[in-house]
Amino acid sequence: MRKGLHPVTIAMLLFGFAFLYAPIVILIIFSFNEGKLVSVWSGFSPKWYGELLRDPQILSAAWMSLKIAAMNASVATVLGLFGAYALGRFGAFKGRTLFTGMMTAPLVMPDVITGLATLLLFVGLAWQRGMSTITIAHITFSMCFVAVIVRARLSSLDQSLEEAAMDLGARPAKTFLLITIPMLAPALVAAWLLAFTLSLDDLVIASFVAGPGSTTLPMVVFSKVRLGVSPEINALGTLIVLLVTLCIVVAALIFQRQEAQRLADAQMADRAD
Amino acid sequence: MSAGGAGGLGARLRARLFSQRTVVLLPPYIWLLLFFLAPFVIVLKLSISEAAIAMPPYLPILDWADGLIPDFTGTFYNFSFLFTDDLYVVAYLNSIKIALVSTIACLLIGYPMAYGIAKAPGTWRNALLMLVILPFWTSFLIRVYAWIGILKNNGILNNLLIGLGIIDQPLPMLHNDFSVYVGIVYSYLPFMILPLYANLAKMDESLLEAAADLGAKPWKTFLAVTLPLSVPGIVAGSMLVFIPAVGEFVIPELLGGPDTLMIGRVLWNEFFHNRDWPVASAVAIAMLLFLVVPIVIFQHYQGKTDEAAS
Amino acid sequence: MSDTAEKRPGPHKPSGWAVPGGDPYISIQNVTKRFGEFVAVDNVSLDIYRSELFSLLGASGCGKTTLLRMLAGLEEPTEGRILLDGQDMVGVPPYERPVNMMFQSYALFPHMTVAQNVAFGLKQEGMGKGEVEERVEQMLGLVQLGRFARRKPHQLSGGQRQRVALARALAKRPKLLLLDEPLAALDKKLRESTQFELMNIQEELGVTFIVVTHDQEEAMTLSTRIAVMNEGVIQQLGTPSEVYEYPRTRYVADFIGSVNLFEGTVSGTGAEGMRITAPEAGIDIHVDAGQTDARAGQSVAVAIRPEKIAIAKQDDKPSQGENVIQGIVDEIAYQGSLSIYQVRLADGKLVRVTTPNLTRTAERPIDWEEPVWLSWGRHAGVVLTS
Repeated sequence: MRKGLHPVTIAMLLFGFAFLYAPIVILIIFSFNEGKLVSVWSGFSPKWYGELLRDPQILSAAWMSLKIAAMNASVATVLGLFGAYALGRFGAFKGRTLFTGMMTAPLVMPDVITGLATLLLFVGLAWQRGMSTITIAHITFSMCFVAVIVRARLSSLDQSLEEAAMDLGARPAKTFLLITIPMLAPALVAAWLLAFTLSLDDLVIASFVAGPGSTTLPMVVFSKVRLGVSPEINALGTLIVLLVTLCIVVAALIFQRQEAQRLADAQMADRAD
Repeated sequence: MSAGGAGGLGARLRARLFSQRTVVLLPPYIWLLLFFLAPFVIVLKLSISEAAIAMPPYLPILDWADGLIPDFTGTFYNFSFLFTDDLYVVAYLNSIKIALVSTIACLLIGYPMAYGIAKAPGTWRNALLMLVILPFWTSFLIRVYAWIGILKNNGILNNLLIGLGIIDQPLPMLHNDFSVYVGIVYSYLPFMILPLYANLAKMDESLLEAAADLGAKPWKTFLAVTLPLSVPGIVAGSMLVFIPAVGEFVIPELLGGPDTLMIGRVLWNEFFHNRDWPVASAVAIAMLLFLVVPIVIFQHYQGKTDEAAS
Repeated sequence: MSDTAEKRPGPHKPSGWAVPGGDPYISIQNVTKRFGEFVAVDNVSLDIYRSELFSLLGASGCGKTTLLRMLAGLEEPTEGRILLDGQDMVGVPPYERPVNMMFQSYALFPHMTVAQNVAFGLKQEGMGKGEVEERVEQMLGLVQLGRFARRKPHQLSGGQRQRVALARALAKRPKLLLLDEPLAALDKKLRESTQFELMNIQEELGVTFIVVTHDQEEAMTLSTRIAVMNEGVIQQLGTPSEVYEYPRTRYVADFIGSVNLFEGTVSGTGAEGMRITAPEAGIDIHVDAGQTDARAGQSVAVAIRPEKIAIAKQDDKPSQGENVIQGIVDEIAYQGSLSIYQVRLADGKLVRVTTPNLTRTAERPIDWEEPVWLSWGRHAGVVLTS
């Protein structure tokens, strides 16, 4: 039945990927442009990277963003794991419907609504706005994305592994630590990274809940971009793309090697019977 | 051991299990109640408050001055205001139109892609999937920004078309509805492809073989088997695109023209430029009321996918 | 195993399995389990004795696994009590029960080696390091996997994984071992050899085993006693030969082995036997007396196992005066060690007969569409009233 792909399907794939990647490729090319224009080539130069790395505004905002992202990812992974575990393993409990709703709504809620609402809460609580408020706002939606990833993995886990651990005398908390968490490890790593990038990427919510002195990287980028195109931003984009690509490719290679090893082992083992 | 003792043991076990569950459930539950649900109650409250020149810039809706039972001093003025000024109604309708058209465009581009990836040979499949996910991990803001350089009057696309002799005047492609559509479809395409792929990839190949075996031509098999079975993926993907697109701010702000009215942008302006928090809240509540139905549909299908997975 | 085999009755002795003196080891008392509206286990009472190899047999969804999970503590009964060695187990969590389970999927922890898997339960007990190592070695020796100690589960074959799961479940020296479809994931050849291995280990350690299975041959081979379950209820409880030779209900007769059922009416009872008029057979069927208290006129069914029916050629009419009918061979299935004949009676009823292939080639083989005589003794038929 698998006769290969229909030419129309292949054409659609090519078109789709060209659409997804053309802007990124162009962004990268023009980050090395000598001139200030990002659409007319005027010679190769890495000077915009130098400009970028000397821009104190961008550097301090990037540092702020990284701190927020790391904190957000760590807390969101724990909360998202707990939430996913409750939804995946506890069966019916009081308030489940409300909980499910609160765990899924942030996935699609428009940022402007979430941002405004969260800000009003902080104003109501007379909470000093700054890094902490941005982090809290980010955790709130990040944990829901974490939960989606963890739940997908959790539902594919054989529940009898946890039952076997308990049957062998491990208390629930110990079972969770010794069996559930190691089994979920790849999903937890992926979830942490996703939460990290979601936070690093957010402009709208951060703009609402930020206070003086808590300018994040997207806020700086946004203000620069509104004033007009700047090759400095191209350089920044290129660095982000390279970093992410590197991470993903390395992760994929490790995963692929493990998978290949596992397959080879399994084939060897089956010959033993 | 007596029956009473057994009951005691059972109760103890239940109490223990309950407390262990509570430790897991309570932190995310309380977090979401406090930082997700409570804010919406406040937005609701504020949307029926009066604006004031103060900090925070609104009057309380409940006046606690005369004792236990507060006076309701709220107003629905903010909501009626939304209907008296053309701006808001037009912005709402325009947002829905833009989100709807973008969703359909995403579906038309995303479905064949998801289908192609799901049917691709094993080694290719993971690589292609990664190519879909990768842009999603890189800065959304910068990727939207990249389109400015492509679409503007002396941008890459116009230069290319002029260079090829297809046009001799640059086409106005930036700062209008067209660029907003491009930006939204571009940004949200992975959100359409991923649920569709997840759905199509787990589809049982033997169903298609059975249809073929029973004499259905490939396109008939697609229409009669594949398409109906992928409805949950289509709904999930469409909602993941449609709902956030309605409230999109960055794309219309960067790529749209001054007259590209979208409700997310209106809300932002009410809040940051006019500093009218009550009207901004009313805009948010009105948007939320409209989005409740799609959100519930999304949750329903999300729940279904979870059930199917477990 | 010879020990246990001696306790089993000969094929024609309906006497029960010799219930040892003293209290039952496991006592399931009026246990019911409901999942919402669905009743998975319906008021089941059952006593199991020390060192038994007991099987819960039934089709999927009959409640046997739920019953097993209640013994493990993975489910709580909705009603009723479960006593283990006189102690009430209701409310005792799985991690505090002296009971271990071998899961159908084996549930080996994929991130631990074979030795770590086997040691897991011992470590939970707080056993010392040296002692753990010693016990792990001993258990792996028992299942002949000593040299695989440092492998991960995915580096093992299906049969090896099954034995790791067994070693892990036995490592804590449980009072009771629960086995959920222990052999279902193995192929047929391996299954047979593993059956005997399982019986040897059970005998060697003297642990009480409760096995859940849907495979009646497996249950017959392994068990001291079998409980046949259907729709949450125990249909029959007895030794393998009891449930096979003396099924009490149509369900059991049909589920265990294959059977010919003739619906009929009791037309005579006496000291020497019972006569049942069976229109489907076209004759009166005679059976031994004393099987049931069915009275004349009552509707019953007579169950006759295919191997208890003799088949003979047209010119070789059996000399006996009763339980003889004529038919035409409809189908023949040659299975190597035996042949199965499907014979059509006058009114269309199909009867199944099996005969061992004692010689390599029969002198005068019975052929398709050949008229034949079928006959059986009074002892062959079992009267079923429900």
